[in-house]
Amino acid sequence: MAPRSAAAKSAEKFPTPAKLTVTLVVNGIERKLAVAPWTTLLDALRQHLDLTGTKKGCDHGQCGACTVLVDGRRINSCLALAVMKDGAQVTTIEGLAQGATLHALQAAFVEHDAFQCGYCTPGQICSAAGLLAEGRAKTPDEIRELMSGNICRCGAYPNIVAAIETVLSAKPEGRR
Amino acid sequence: MNNFEYSRAADVAEAVRQIAADPGAKFIAGGTNLIDLMKENVARPTRLIDISRLPLSRVEDTKDGGLRIGALVPNSDLAYHPQVEARYPLLASALLAGASAQLRNMASTGGNLLQRTRCYYFYDTATPCNKREPGSGCAAVDGVNRMHAILGTSPHCIATHPSDMCVALAALDARVLVTGPGGERAIAFEDFHRLPGDTPHLDTSLAADEIITAVELPPKGFARNYTYLKIRDRLSYAFALVSVAAALDLKDGRIQEARIALGGVAHKPWRDREAEARLKDEPATREAFTRAADAILRNARGFSHNAFKIELARRTILRALSQAAQASPQSQSDKRIAGKTPQENTSETGRPR
Repeated sequence: MAPRSAAAKSAEKFPTPAKLTVTLVVNGIERKLAVAPWTTLLDALRQHLDLTGTKKGCDHGQCGACTVLVDGRRINSCLALAVMKDGAQVTTIEGLAQGATLHALQAAFVEHDAFQCGYCTPGQICSAAGLLAEGRAKTPDEIRELMSGNICRCGAYPNIVAAIETVLSAKPEGRR
Repeated sequence: MNNFEYSRAADVAEAVRQIAADPGAKFIAGGTNLIDLMKENVARPTRLIDISRLPLSRVEDTKDGGLRIGALVPNSDLAYHPQVEARYPLLASALLAGASAQLRNMASTGGNLLQRTRCYYFYDTATPCNKREPGSGCAAVDGVNRMHAILGTSPHCIATHPSDMCVALAALDARVLVTGPGGERAIAFEDFHRLPGDTPHLDTSLAADEIITAVELPPKGFARNYTYLKIRDRLSYAFALVSVAAALDLKDGRIQEARIALGGVAHKPWRDREAEARLKDEPATREAFTRAADAILRNARGFSHNAFKIELARRTILRALSQAAQASPQSQSDKRIAGKTPQENTSETGRPR
């Protein structure tokens, strides 16, 4: 590959493709949206579907604030392209409660005061929901390790671990 | 992120046709590294070819008793695959030492092989970097190079390969299966990643029109005497300063075969077959392990901020070989360093505690 000069770089031609139609089942509801190929799943949720519960923290997959469940698995939505998730089931923080009844993790986070500013909380809770579904964490050490993709700048970690531990021990099927 | 066209490939042959037809195109699978590089303007593809739906997600036995891992198997599925846990626990451990649960759910086996360095200057388009912009220079050689390489460097690049998975695959003598316009070929793992030399923009020996379809493991998995020991600035979710994949085949306290691969110290997972061969028929003692560590690091060279890595690597090799000999592999969730310190005994073949 020949070195690219600055002049050659500025002459690079980037295409202007038409928007693509994507179907996502978000929190149980089928949503059709027209997005550019470079629209991330995070931006599709926040800006196209007005689901602003999912947070944009670093936008580089380092903080975990954008964590959502795609087909039941937790991922960083800032590093996923919406077009690549066509047909997927997406669960965000808005989809965890059943009506007025909080998800067990949401209730445990309230009970344990597992947040301060709250910005990382939707990602923490979605990540913990993924962790429960995976069934790999059994001890506080394992919870800490498998939650390490979610950063809390307020340092609420001990209470986050306690909240998740409470739900884990209340749900025998969550243990292996 | 720049504008780009998006297309999907229906099968491997079509993926190869699409990439061969468009020099500005890149494949995308998990996207965890590529999307990040595109957001930083370091990668600027004009087309992304989505290969995430290709049928390359199977883990299956090979005829010779090894294991074939499809290129699209997510890192998390691979780490927890029963065959990998039972027969290749070194690989499972290395996978769990890397990234976060979310990223492991997204990241593919093939994509992990093609991860690019996390050198700060490679990521910073305001600085020179021979890997990003060939011929522009290396800002790391005289810059902040604490994370950088101590082995196999060149005046043009001192970047490290960031993967943990690849360190285990190097130790296990894996093969990378790729398909191009001319058909399929297998690349020995140590020939897959390159040293920087004067072409640091080339990370691997994969051709521009080839796709990785699978990684194959030989039958020998070193499932008893192994460890993956990763030393980093924080206990989880950080790249290695030094990591060591160690595997031993022991008989009556003597080494039949030793494998030692290092991460975080070079442009590729680092193996020294000469040093490994010298361990053959040696007793598994601290003295033998020290000689091996010294041999592996004989040509190590530190830069202004990373000379500490040479001694760190020496101690990590020593500790990893002790863990492997004691059959007490490092846990990736209990962060206490496993095994007795080598000073506590001379024979490292005691039963696990």
